[in-house]
Amino acid sequence: MITYSFLQHYWWFIISLLGGILVFLLFVQGGQSMLFSLAKTDDERRLLVNVLGRKWEYTFTTLVTFGGAFFASFPLFYSTSFGGAYWVWMAILFCFILQAVSYEFQSKPGNVFGKTTYQVFLFINGLLGTILLGAAVATFFTGSDFVVNKGNITSSFQPVISSWGNSWHGLEALLNVRNWLLGLAVFFLARTLASLFFINRLNNDALEIRSRKAVVINAIPFLVFFLSFVIWTLLAEGFAVDPTTGVVTMEKYKYFTNLIEMPVVLILFLLGVVGVLWGIAGTVVKPGFKKGIWFAGAGTILAVCSLFLVAGYNNTSFYPSTGDLQSSLTIFNSSSSEFTLKAMSIVSILIPFVVAYIFYAWRAMEKKRTDIEDIKSDGHAY
Amino acid sequence: MELLDASLLGWSRAQFALTAMYHWLFVPLTLGLGVIMSIMETLYYRTGNEEWKKATKFWMTLFGVNFAIGVATGIILEFEFGTNWSNYSWFVGDIFGAPLAIEGIMAFFMEATFISIMFFGWNKVGKGFHLASTWLTVIGATLSALWILVANAWMQYPVGMEFNPDMSRNEMIDFWSILFSPVAMNKFSHTVLSGWVQGALFVIGISGWFLIKKRNIQFSLKSMKVGAVFGLIAIVLLIYTGDGSAFHVSQKQPMKLAAMEGLYKGKEKANIIAVGMLNGDKKAYNDSIDPFIFKIDVPIPGLLSFLGYRDINAFVPGIQDIIDGGYMVKDASGNGKPALSFVEKQTSGMKAKDALAGYQQAMAVKDTATAEVHKAVLKDNYSNFGYAYLEKPEDLIPNVPMVFYSFHIMVGLGMFFLLLFAVVLFFVYKKKIENMKWLNWVAVWSIPLGYVAGQVGWIVAEVGRQPWAIQDVLPVQAAVSDISSGSVIITFSLFAVLFTALLVAELRIMFKQIKKGPEAEH
Ligand code: HDD
Ligand code: HEM
Ligand code: HEM
Repeated sequence: MITYSFLQHYWWFIISLLGGILVFLLFVQGGQSMLFSLAKTDDERRLLVNVLGRKWEYTFTTLVTFGGAFFASFPLFYSTSFGGAYWVWMAILFCFILQAVSYEFQSKPGNVFGKTTYQVFLFINGLLGTILLGAAVATFFTGSDFVVNKGNITSSFQPVISSWGNSWHGLEALLNVRNWLLGLAVFFLARTLASLFFINRLNNDALEIRSRKAVVINAIPFLVFFLSFVIWTLLAEGFAVDPTTGVVTMEKYKYFTNLIEMPVVLILFLLGVVGVLWGIAGTVVKPGFKKGIWFAGAGTILAVCSLFLVAGYNNTSFYPSTGDLQSSLTIFNSSSSEFTLKAMSIVSILIPFVVAYIFYAWRAMEKKRTDIEDIKSDGHAY
Repeated sequence: MELLDASLLGWSRAQFALTAMYHWLFVPLTLGLGVIMSIMETLYYRTGNEEWKKATKFWMTLFGVNFAIGVATGIILEFEFGTNWSNYSWFVGDIFGAPLAIEGIMAFFMEATFISIMFFGWNKVGKGFHLASTWLTVIGATLSALWILVANAWMQYPVGMEFNPDMSRNEMIDFWSILFSPVAMNKFSHTVLSGWVQGALFVIGISGWFLIKKRNIQFSLKSMKVGAVFGLIAIVLLIYTGDGSAFHVSQKQPMKLAAMEGLYKGKEKANIIAVGMLNGDKKAYNDSIDPFIFKIDVPIPGLLSFLGYRDINAFVPGIQDIIDGGYMVKDASGNGKPALSFVEKQTSGMKAKDALAGYQQAMAVKDTATAEVHKAVLKDNYSNFGYAYLEKPEDLIPNVPMVFYSFHIMVGLGMFFLLLFAVVLFFVYKKKIENMKWLNWVAVWSIPLGYVAGQVGWIVAEVGRQPWAIQDVLPVQAAVSDISSGSVIITFSLFAVLFTALLVAELRIMFKQIKKGPEAEH
């Protein structure tokens, strides 16, 4: 039975999945944040730039698609969050704009600002992009300060539907420690994944040795921040929705309850965490082990996806308002119409094909590990 | 809560215009050059001639530089609907979000995947696979144009939707009528073709420059030939679809048409102005001052009537007629009826808005009988909903000089490009182009003109539809986000500085790469 509620759940799942894939692909950003620390020579840095440079478009496109899919399926989130938390989103966008030109421009003669500037752009994107995206997602659990009133459209003076409760417009999220915890967790996760990616892709002993060290150095803070965030969240109050009246209330241990009441999500989450740990531990323990990225990557997708599911499923508000509890967004009150969700669901059948050709193309291009000679002999290298 | 001040609207519009126009500096070349280099690679694939491969790689390098900055300027546009037009995003998000999502899934991933094979796969994949990747990159880019233009066309001509008073928003009821709306199809064709024309101008211009410098002769002649043939086909189709654009505009957005032609008082058998200069003394739409200091008509009587209504005797309403109403229009079933005046539409819009408020109040207390009454009134008057937000007739008039001059520059340039491609092609076939310095210089200087034509085209389309974000349903002042104008001023300035800096870098890289020429390894 394809009911409206089923479609809303389906689309929240798609959003969650895209969120998971996006966080996995943030390894590109993690790698960018290590350009200056991991590489000791110009050649090494060039190598790093080039292996990341063959992947950055995927991350970028996933971010764009994540935005587009969110808009199409939960437009009230799009309008409330983007228009409200203006500065957070603008900051995120700015650092992705910087990224988009930096690969192509950095080695070209006449690029005005010089190679280092573009590499600094990449570094900024790696640092801010990850932390801010993580912090923004954390507000799904910690709440924001906004009011939604759909009836306002008939007001003559101020026909605004969503308004933000303070003039910080999103920056206030940085006052909340829990948002920082997830932000930093994402940042260190991205760096851990990047190290695993380099181990897998590079044919360069010096960089591999340093990447293996970097796995440890970044995995530890990642685990500390991630576990703190998860434990805090599981113990914290959550935003529960009464399924019949739609009234939102604070409920103790809401997110913990969600995991218990949705054992599938719990299993996915645990599988994800185990996958990430396996990828890390395997790499640390076994010097010849190069497949860590696949375990940690798949684990990241599962873990992040299930975190999103915990935020939105089981009668929970996925974008809660602390300023006006009843304005909180749920997958029911913020979604598109049944017709639109249905039409979009038909379109979503394309997704497996997209994944398939990405996989095929990736395989065709990655037959062997890259070394600096490959870069030097490639006419289009950055 | 901040008050929605007038400058907020101005800055939000300015920011959107700035970022969209920057995006549009790069997109057309992606679309046009993409096809041209794919054609060249196809020629290489079929003939095995290394010269074609060299040519392909040369244009591909330029494509890559341009593409990167196109992507950088695109991401911000997508999110700006949320950040700066948040009310809009809710009010029509149910319809408008879908094309953006489909664009991501269908088009952007295709581009992102195959572009990396195109650039890095020369020695890694087979010749056929590589050629397919190049074409798929361009097809991806063109599909992205399709979906975003479907979205844009829908704003100009909203179809396939119904207002849902419980949710205070419009909802999609017919996907196909949105996708295949005649306005969308025409807009897609016209806009993509304009990208092709710009790509062709770029190729013949740069080839012309090489010929002037007497270098890379063989390469330049080859490129010139492909560019001129392709450009000539594209410009003919472009003009044809431009006529289609004008036809749709006059049917669906008569005010835009009136502004395009500076037509204040409507007439039958209306002419098109070839060149004209507007009179700055005209202060009000209904004063008796002649809007023109001088004008010269195209010497084909009734051309505007024909363009707009396919009838040389048809009446074309002017700005004053549209505000005063009373002239005859056809309704949905083709019967004639008098057009409503601004005041009548405004009254009807107010009725709709009050009925919506009444409906929502009644529903809040579960008074369904009253709610039904309001709902019926709302339905009858919904087509004028947006007029309730307007105050005076002048609010309905876009910036006439901007639209008028932009339109005439675009059309003039279109005619000029037609001539240019024809002449260039003629001399390419006569094998004389090599020594025709003047013609090659004209080709070089036509590159910037192509950009001008594209930019003014968008000004016609977007400024001409003011005050509407969604035609007749949502004016821009009801579409904007509730943020302070100070915030928008800051982001506007940051975008202006950042995009300009990146543009300067892009141009210098382009010039260097062009100077290096196709002989160098890319
Ligand atoms: C190389 C660029 C170029 C050239 C030479 C032309 N156009 Fe154009 N035109 C565009 C590039 C463009 C564009 C940038 O692609 C626009 C902006 C919005 C759109 O839909 O396409 C556009 C819009 C546009 C519109 C407004 C459509 C709307 O509001 O929806 C009209 C009526 C025309 N064009 C008509 C013409 C005619 C009659 C031309 C005859 C020569 C012409 N254009 C040449
Ligand atoms: C890339 C090509 C485009 C260019 C150069 C362009 C240009 C402009 C300009 C000049 C304005 C400002 C008009 C004014 O405020 O007076 C504007 C506004 C706007 N355009 Fe576009 N536009 C483009 C594409 C699009 C597309 C594809 C869409 C929708 C999908 C769109 C949606 C809007 C919106 C929402 C506004 C703001 C509201 C308004 O002022 O009307 N534009 N655009
Ligand atoms: C306001 C409306 C627009 C929005 C929101 C928008 C959005 C975007 C985004 C997000 C990207 C980057 C995609 C990536 O990740 O690769 C992009 C690139 C692109 N867009 Fe737009 N776009 C708009 C207008 C247009 C128009 C009017 C066209 C064409 C007619 C167009 C054609 C393209 C193409 C071909 C690309 C590929 C990159 C490039 O050309 O450099 N876009 N756009």
